Amino acid sequence: MSGSRLALGSGRSAAVSGIWPPPWRWMLRGSDTAWAIAFVVPYVAVFAAFVIYPIGFGLWMGRDPALYGLLFSDPLYLTTAINTLLFVAIGVNVQMFLAFLLSGFFLSRSWWVRSLLAIYLVPWALPGLVAFTSIHFMLVTQWGLLDSLWRAVTGGDGPLFLVSAWIAMAANIVSYIWKWMPFWTLVFLAARMAIPRDIHEAADIDGATGYRRLVHVTFPLLANVYLISTLLSTIWTLGDFTTVYFVSSGAPAKLTEVLATYGFHEAFDFGYPNLGVAAMLSALPVLIPLVLLLMRRVRVTGVQL
Amino acid sequence: MNAARYRRRRRLVTAGKVGLGVGLLVWTLLPVYNMLLMALDDDADEFTGSIWPPDPNLDSFWSVWTEDYWLMKHFWHQFGNSIILGLATMVLTVLIGSLTSFSLGRMRLRRGWIVSDLALLTYLLPTALLAIPFVHIMHRYGLSDSLWAVIAAEVTFATPYAILILHQYGRLIPMELDEAAKIDGASPFQVYRLVYIPLMAPALVAVGVYALILTWNEYLYQYLLLSSTDHMTVAVMINQFFDSDEAPWNYMMAIAIIYSLPPVAIYFGLRRYMVAGLASGGVKG
Repeated sequence: MSGSRLALGSGRSAAVSGIWPPPWRWMLRGSDTAWAIAFVVPYVAVFAAFVIYPIGFGLWMGRDPALYGLLFSDPLYLTTAINTLLFVAIGVNVQMFLAFLLSGFFLSRSWWVRSLLAIYLVPWALPGLVAFTSIHFMLVTQWGLLDSLWRAVTGGDGPLFLVSAWIAMAANIVSYIWKWMPFWTLVFLAARMAIPRDIHEAADIDGATGYRRLVHVTFPLLANVYLISTLLSTIWTLGDFTTVYFVSSGAPAKLTEVLATYGFHEAFDFGYPNLGVAAMLSALPVLIPLVLLLMRRVRVTGVQL
Repeated sequence: MNAARYRRRRRLVTAGKVGLGVGLLVWTLLPVYNMLLMALDDDADEFTGSIWPPDPNLDSFWSVWTEDYWLMKHFWHQFGNSIILGLATMVLTVLIGSLTSFSLGRMRLRRGWIVSDLALLTYLLPTALLAIPFVHIMHRYGLSDSLWAVIAAEVTFATPYAILILHQYGRLIPMELDEAAKIDGASPFQVYRLVYIPLMAPALVAVGVYALILTWNEYLYQYLLLSSTDHMTVAVMINQFFDSDEAPWNYMMAIAIIYSLPPVAIYFGLRRYMVAGLASGGVKG
């Protein structure tokens, strides 16, 4: 809110505009405050009932240190933790980098690129369950679409994708990228379009074109968006359940589970909800610094999502 | 000489772009094509092993339409449940989000930043982390196997984003409008209803669509919170096919395609608003 706008509203506030804390209080008197509070009550109620209470309850469920001893002694948990790390680290970074590059491609205003963008964004609108089930069927058995394509091209039988833990893990990561890269491409595209034209013109005059412009002009301008998007995506991916549950379903032999699916199975298939919660909570040492870093970045740069 | 080289370079760039475009098209549509391939086949439990549907027909769609299989006896009822869930989430998210952002952004509630900071915190929690305690709490609230439990979950996860987007968009609307309405004797609720809501319409549409797509996309909470055939949504029902011995995958894929139509149609219909909403409220550096 600019000072001039406040000045139009009230002479008093103009004198102190631009000083922190902002001089807004004059607006709220008596019954207005009551109204303002009444307007936030619904959200505060939702927050208390469905965020604070579950978080508190979850911490209470996972309070017993013995649970973590039990967890760490499970060899499957270690595999799961490593899988989660790979899934998040590779999935998020490859996705972000490709999305960044592709956003440059989609800047083009020609008709076919714009129509392609519309189609390219379909995975984002497609329900995850549906898309990942379809991908699962492309991979499972030797009669899936990918094996059929393989046979059509090479003549021989294709690999059994979900029998090798590495291929199954790669399938999870690739499917994750397939689903979410469009969204981040759109975010970068919006950010790129917000770059003032004269900056690129100035770079042109200075002879920075092609990849030099990308590295020295565009990327520094988008660095903050890139960082915030990467942090956010990392946090979301840590809790991603749908991809692994439907694409590989942990196959082969539960070697491709991630924390979200591991916790789910512990809690609902084996009937140890506390262990499931403990598995999820074991991600907190990674999660909390990320969240704090993100909140700080958002606060410092005034960026909001 | 130089001109010729320039032209060749240009042609090369165009060829590269077209190649990339075709690659992206195949990449994007391959899983979608696989859905069609499986749904158009009338052989229920066999994979065809071919890349074209050998005998394409719409039998499986017809079977879904007439609910002609025991797993999908209640398909349209469950489709209705999905729609109720999506619409309720949409309405509640827009309502709660707009009230909150009006109070924080337009009425400048004192210490309102606490609320928006906390909201951001929800947004940052992985949803799977909350799922297990959430289910227990819903049992305590007496909401097991109830659509309301799922609606509560979806609203919880959609509202923070809604508040932030609306807050951002609200900055574009001059404060003088609110003040003028107040001087004319409007109560805060009248300002909200008659000034704020109409001017915020584009952002409200974007937020509503976001909530709807989020709900359509979400599976875990629907699966955990809904168990009876009567209250089940399509997402939960699709997964039941995996537990069945007969495995009529063509029906399953036909259902999957029908289930995908609403979000994809909304996406194509309202694409402009959603992109604008993202651009105005999205990440800016």
